Amino acid sequence: MSLLVYALLAGLFYGLYFALVGIGLNLIFGVMRIINLAHGAFLMLGAYGAFYLYTLLGWNPLWAVPIELVVFFLLALPIYYLLVPRLQRSDDPEMLSFILFFGLSQVIEALAVFAFGNDQHSIPDAVFGTRPLHLLGQVFPLSWVVSAGIGLAGIVAIYLYLYRSRIGRATRAIMTDRDEAVVTGISVNRVSVLAFGVGIASAALAGIFSPFMLGAIEPSMGLHITVMAFVIIVIGSLGNPLGTVLGGLIFGEALMLMQTFLTSWAQLFPYVLLIAILLVKPSGLLGRKVRSA
Amino acid sequence: MLKGWRSTAIVTAITLVTFIVVPKLYDNQFLLFNMMMYMALAQGLNIIYGYTGYLPFGYVGFFGAGAYAGALVIIFLHWMPLIAVLVGGLTAVLFGMVLIPLFRLSGAYFSIASLAASEALYYVVANPHLEKITQGPYGISMPQAYDANAAYWTMLGILALSLVTSGIIRRSRFGLALSAIRENPLSASMSGVNVVQMRSLSWLLSAFIAGLAGATFGWYISVFYPETVFSLTIGVFTIVFILFGGIGTLIGPIIGTLILYGLYNYIGISTPQYFQIAYGLLIVLLVLFLPNGLVSLLKRRGVDVP
Repeated sequence: MSLLVYALLAGLFYGLYFALVGIGLNLIFGVMRIINLAHGAFLMLGAYGAFYLYTLLGWNPLWAVPIELVVFFLLALPIYYLLVPRLQRSDDPEMLSFILFFGLSQVIEALAVFAFGNDQHSIPDAVFGTRPLHLLGQVFPLSWVVSAGIGLAGIVAIYLYLYRSRIGRATRAIMTDRDEAVVTGISVNRVSVLAFGVGIASAALAGIFSPFMLGAIEPSMGLHITVMAFVIIVIGSLGNPLGTVLGGLIFGEALMLMQTFLTSWAQLFPYVLLIAILLVKPSGLLGRKVRSA
Repeated sequence: MLKGWRSTAIVTAITLVTFIVVPKLYDNQFLLFNMMMYMALAQGLNIIYGYTGYLPFGYVGFFGAGAYAGALVIIFLHWMPLIAVLVGGLTAVLFGMVLIPLFRLSGAYFSIASLAASEALYYVVANPHLEKITQGPYGISMPQAYDANAAYWTMLGILALSLVTSGIIRRSRFGLALSAIRENPLSASMSGVNVVQMRSLSWLLSAFIAGLAGATFGWYISVFYPETVFSLTIGVFTIVFILFGGIGTLIGPIIGTLILYGLYNYIGISTPQYFQIAYGLLIVLLVLFLPNGLVSLLKRRGVDVP
C-alpha cells in the first residue's frame, strides 16, 4: 500500500516535470506545424549551462533559470529566421521539418561533443539542501519537489501567456486556423517567432533540472528525450499545449508505477503506451480532428 | 513503358556488375557489403516513403527483427543461413503486419509511432528476462555460421531484388496507385484505388527487404548486440541517403548512398564529430534548398531520370 502511495506521489512530481519537458515542443508544433526534433538537443544545452554555472561558478541551478530563459530565447531568434519561414514555403513543412530539425540536432550534438567532451556529468542532489521532503509517510528528495515546482510554474506561465495576453490570443487564433488568422490581420511571423523562442527557452528550463530527473547529462542524450517529449505530447494531443499537462501526468504516473512494480519492463512501457493510445484515439486524448482515409 | 523497364534493367545491371568487379580491386569487403546493404535499405525505404509519402522513422525495427529472427533460427534450429535470411525477411513482414493499424495515423504521428514500435521491439529483445532466448543485452554470437563471402553474395542478391522491385513498382499500375495515394488519398480512393490494400502491400514489401538485409548483416558479422541492429543511426542514414539522392526515383538512392556513405567512410570513422556536423548541415541545407535531392537538378533540365 505504501509502495503504491509512493509511486503515485513520485508520478505526480515526475508528471509535472514531464509536462514542462514536452510543452515547448507542443507549442512550436501548434503554432508553426513543424516538429522540432532538436528539442532534446536544446534541453541538453540547457543542462550543460546549469552544470557549468554550478561547477565553475558554484551557482545554484535556480540562478540558471532566469539566465538561461533569456539566453535561449535570444538564441532561438536567429534560428527561427534562418530556418522556419523558408521551411514553411516548402511543399510539406510538417514532414520536412522532421528531417531538417534532425539535422540541426546532429550539428548541435557534434558541437557539444567538441565543447563539453563525451563524459557524463551530473549535479549533486544536495544542491537544494540535504533535508528530504516527508509527505504522507513517504520520503522524497527535495530536488524532485523543486523540479516539479518549476514545471508547474512553467506551465502556469505558458497558460498566462496563451490565455491572458493579447498576443496569446493571436497565438491561439493561429493554432486554430492559420489562414483565417492571417485574414484578420494577425502578424503570423511575429507571433511565431515569440512562440518559437518560448518553446526553446522552455526546453532549456527543463534541461536545468534534467540532472535530477532524467539522469546524467551527455551530448547524445537529446534524441532519446525528444522521443520521450513526443510521447508525452502525443498522449495529450499534438498542437494543444495544455493537453501536455495531462500527457505529462499520465506519463509520469505510468512510468513510476511500472518502475515500482515491474522494473525490468519499465523502459518498454512509454512506447507501448504511445502506440496503444494512438491506435485507440489517433489524434491523442484531447484531440478533435480525426483524419479521414 | 518499355523504356522504363529497360532503364531499370540497365541501372540494376551496372550496380550489380560494380559490386562483382570492385572486390577484385579493393579489399575492404565489409565496406562494400555495408554499401550494398544501405543501397538495398534505401530502395526498401523508397518503396514506402518515396512512393507513398509515409516516413517510418523506426524503419530499422524491421532490420533488427530480421537480424534476430535469422540468428535465432541458426542458433536453435541449425537451419542453413540462406533459409535463415528468408525467415528474417518473413519475420519483418510479420512485424509489419502487426503495425498496419499505424497507417490510420497522419504524417508525423505515423513517423513517431513507427519509431516507438522499433524502440519497443528493441527493449523486448534486449530485456534480461529473455536471456534464454535472445541473450538479452549480451547479444548474439554464432561463429558456426560465419561465412563472409557467402553473406556478401547474398546481399548482392538482396540488392538486385530491391532494385528490380523498386524499378518495377515505379513503372507499374501499382506505382501509379501509390503516387495517387501520396498526392491525395481521398481522390485516389474515389478513382477506384484500394488505398488500404495498396499502402499495406508497399509497407510489407519495404519491411521484407529490410528484414532480409538485417538477417544477412547479422550473418555477415555473426556477433552483434541489440543496439547494433536496432541502432537509430541505420534508419537515419538511410533516410538521409535517399533524401540526398532524390526520393521516388531508382538512381537517386543509389547515388545518395554512394556519395554519402563513401564520404562517411572517408572522414566519418576517424573523426565522427566532423562527419556528424557535415551531415547535419547537409540535411539542413538539402531540406531548405534541394528538397527533392540531387536528381532534381537533372529533372529541372528536362532529363528523364530513372
